Amino acid sequence: MNILEADGEKLLAAVRDLLAAKGIASSAEIAERIASTDAANPGQGARMVAKAWIDPTYRTLMLEDGGTAAEQLGIPMRGAPPLGVLENTADLHHLVVCTLCSCYPRAVLGYPPFWFKSAAYRARGVRDPRGLIAEWGTVLPDGMKIRVVDSTADYRWMVLPLRPAGTEGWPEERLASIVREGDMIGVTVPALPAR
Amino acid sequence: MAPLAPGTTVRVKDDWPETRGPVHIRTPHYLRGREGVVVRRLGAFANPEDLAFARPAASRPLYHVAFAQPAVWQEGREGDELLVEIFEHWLEPA
Repeated sequence: MNILEADGEKLLAAVRDLLAAKGIASSAEIAERIASTDAANPGQGARMVAKAWIDPTYRTLMLEDGGTAAEQLGIPMRGAPPLGVLENTADLHHLVVCTLCSCYPRAVLGYPPFWFKSAAYRARGVRDPRGLIAEWGTVLPDGMKIRVVDSTADYRWMVLPLRPAGTEGWPEERLASIVREGDMIGVTVPALPAR
Repeated sequence: MAPLAPGTTVRVKDDWPETRGPVHIRTPHYLRGREGVVVRRLGAFANPEDLAFARPAASRPLYHVAFAQPAVWQEGREGDELLVEIFEHWLEPA
């Protein structure tokens, strides 16, 4: 049989049956994984960011062990790669790229945006990061360095952005509502909604 | 190889196994032969170069290594950095 010409549905059924027969993964476990993958979205990472902005203990935990911090908020991390969190500061900005493929912290951000996998984003991310993020309108203040994190191996990385001015006293849910996917990749920084 | 302490200057091997046959490598081309500084040890993980071919894969130490970004590309802004996960067997003393 030529696997490239095989019927995809039949192939999938055969692989599922084999995984079950060999005791590697039951159909229930596969369904559960599909459900948790589909449910993951940038709102989960945003909840972590908002909590870190108001809770110093949580912030410390998140920077030390992103996976445990995610689980504390009920985000399923079983089977996910270790999660590292990159802290933006007044003089350091982080940008995440995967030049080799498309490694992405799916457990906390969901499916990557289409451009994250593009050859242009991957090539320019490491070579011209400032020019690249300028296309999102992100211009770093003078004196702020950029650290590009090329996600090449077993970790997955998300950015903990700076909390924007003008959000003093905001409750956690409102803070989470302004944190976007791009803020946690580093192509943008959180901004207050335009009035 | 003894564990690499944070702050240690290392060089990524200037090796191109892809010219010798089918391989799966997690060390980007643009860093081969480049000098960087160990930031921290991230842990130890099954060697992806074997894992990808379903061969027995030994656990190998993985480091976060920082590289000056302008030095790699001969352009960019002084002080900007690249931070990359590199397996120990790709690092040599600089």
